[in-house]
Amino acid sequence: MSNKAANSGDYLQYLLNSWSAKSADKLSGLSQLRARAIDSVNTQRLPNKRDEEWRFTDISPLTQLAFPPSQQQSKVVQANDLEQFYLPETTNRLVFVDGHYAAELSTIADAPIQMIGNLPAMMRSRASTIESHLGHYAKIDGNVFSALNTAFLRDCAVIIVPKKTVIVEPIQLLFVSTQEEVSSYPRCFVIAEQDSKLTLIEDHVSITSASYITNTVAEICLAANAHVQHIRIQRDSQQAYHLANCAVSLAHASQYQSVSVSLGSKISRYNLEVQLSDENSECTIDGLTLIAGQQLSDTHTCIDHIKPHCTSHQQHKCIVDETAHAVFNGKIMVRPQAQQTNSSQSSRNLLLSNTAKVDTKPQLEIFADDVKCAHGATVGQLDSEEIFYLESRGLSKESARKLLTYAFAADIIHRIPVASLQQQLEKIVLNQMQGV
Amino acid sequence: MIDSNSITMLSIKNLHASINGTGILNGIDLTVKSGEIHAIMGLNGSGKSTLAKVLAGHSAYEVTQGTIEFEGKNLLELAPEERARAGLFLGFQYPVEIPGVANTQFLRLAYNTIQSQRGKEELDPLEFDDFVREKMKLLDMNPDFLDRSVNEGFSGGEKKRNEILQMALLEPKLSILDETDSGLDIDALKIVAKGVNQIINKDNATILVTHYQRLLDYIVPDFVHVMQAGRIVMTGGKELAMELETRGYDWIGSDQRNAKNRLTAGAHA
Ligand SMILES: Nc1ncnc2c1ncn2[C@@H]1O[C@H](COP(=O)(O)OP(=O)(O)OP(=O)(O)O)[C@@H](O)[C@H]1O
Ligand SMILES: [Mg+2]
Repeated sequence: MSNKAANSGDYLQYLLNSWSAKSADKLSGLSQLRARAIDSVNTQRLPNKRDEEWRFTDISPLTQLAFPPSQQQSKVVQANDLEQFYLPETTNRLVFVDGHYAAELSTIADAPIQMIGNLPAMMRSRASTIESHLGHYAKIDGNVFSALNTAFLRDCAVIIVPKKTVIVEPIQLLFVSTQEEVSSYPRCFVIAEQDSKLTLIEDHVSITSASYITNTVAEICLAANAHVQHIRIQRDSQQAYHLANCAVSLAHASQYQSVSVSLGSKISRYNLEVQLSDENSECTIDGLTLIAGQQLSDTHTCIDHIKPHCTSHQQHKCIVDETAHAVFNGKIMVRPQAQQTNSSQSSRNLLLSNTAKVDTKPQLEIFADDVKCAHGATVGQLDSEEIFYLESRGLSKESARKLLTYAFAADIIHRIPVASLQQQLEKIVLNQMQGV
Repeated sequence: MIDSNSITMLSIKNLHASINGTGILNGIDLTVKSGEIHAIMGLNGSGKSTLAKVLAGHSAYEVTQGTIEFEGKNLLELAPEERARAGLFLGFQYPVEIPGVANTQFLRLAYNTIQSQRGKEELDPLEFDDFVREKMKLLDMNPDFLDRSVNEGFSGGEKKRNEILQMALLEPKLSILDETDSGLDIDALKIVAKGVNQIINKDNATILVTHYQRLLDYIVPDFVHVMQAGRIVMTGGKELAMELETRGYDWIGSDQRNAKNRLTAGAHA
């Protein structure tokens, strides 16, 4: 099934060719965007470790995995395969199977149907809004994965929350991988109009333990005073490759809160770019990486303070076991105009074995003088005195270690505003460490 | 209380222990029987906490000589959690803070672990909540401490009360309370002493490590031991604590012979 492509150029050509042959074009309004993305892919190559942004993450194994884009399966996944991922807190759910919209698995209860849907459905009523925003936030030049996703853009989860509208129930976007040796290109597109409010759960799951590639892009645009909570869970198969880009743009006094959790995949990479484009906007960005075995999980974030009086808080935690490798690169950019910026960043890392590895790099680029920027990074192991304290109360060494690992992750997990999801993650963390 | 029907709970013989190759305990002999209360006093750095941690099984200390038996079993063969499950309890001089673990979750986990070991019923969160609140009343503890992280941000005295709460929940056979009185105000000291006195009975035993005779007014010891440079250099009754309070420790070193006499006269009077 998988043809081998020897180098980066062959690999990208292979992907482009395999796609255009099959895509019958229904969304002609977007064809320009795609054409531009294809041109961009043609000028790029896969990144390698000589690229500053990819210093710690060797993505070259991809050239050996020329997985064709997934085809929509006629035999779709059964609802009861997915029930484990449904959240009792919400009935708003869009399901995408290997990147393709599965209408029969999706439900929208809390909000009028015009607010939430997949791309073709939403184009019927909101074409002009979509065309003037889609693809405008996620950069494609200099980002080959984002360009590839855009080149293959045919469907997408679309949420447009109208002015002064509060969607109370969270919206779950469930991206399920079922096929092996394919690549899929999920995409989310969110517009929160003025004074609107939304909680979004972007959940990447799999019902196969096979190898596949997910290349995803999310674009989130907040108008003035909008509030968006964005929970992102990456629990792909342990053999998967997950490449993700998310671009967020904040207008005046808007607030973006995100918690992203990275558990799955052999190699995963999450790029998050947040632009505080107008005054008094605020973001809180939290991350948790929990990996073991030979997993590699790389989180690159960039918080761009463009205007004065904006606030950003970031806390990222990595828990790394066995020979896994976590990477965190957190860039905070404070532009000359962005006076009175208030920014904090903390990177805390817990190594559970002597062979686990973490590279953490805070990157502050501050061009304004009247700013408050605090940052710190720590790398540590479980505290032997804490373990002894718990053992002295009868807990086995293993349960003591699990409890302390859980404790390390707890504050991030508790920021997730959905109880059932919190509980699922708590269980995963408590059972993470097998070989202790 | 000293009781003729008592059984030997703890028997330490010629115990030597070191940390990173430095000898800290240099030949401890101590026998504790059920029903007894022993106080251990001594200057800072004399090895009191080291003895307590060696008993609890802290892996940083290496026992280089000697034996410890707990109810006739070789304690040194047991892992720390096995010692706890066998009924040994250490109230820490410096209880650690564990951010992220709710106190109630920790207390219930410890309680249920020990209960199941004893073949007794475990409690679910609701049952445990009722149970622990009752115990907290005895110690005049605010139930708010259940929802906070274990010891995190607790004041010195609050941490000590939390230790005694654990003792009350786990009902150990042998409790070693390492400076549980330090940092307690007078009212708290009385409350904690009352709590400890309620737990003490003829079937369990207590070792109190303390610097202050004050505690011993409330929890009256059967024996008072003085530690110096990793040894017990003197043993007496509760009046020895009074003497230490007025005279300090200087005279012990300068009057070894006298000390030896007291040792023979005082022990198991
Ligand atoms: N990790 C270590 N490395 C070297 N020396 C140590 C270590 N831990 C303890 N010690 C030493 O062992 C000695 C005994 O310490 P211990 O804590 O047992 O004293 P203590 O009698 O409890 O004192 P205090 O009354 O101050 O609590 C001290 O001199 C201490 O510095
Ligand atoms: Mg001490």
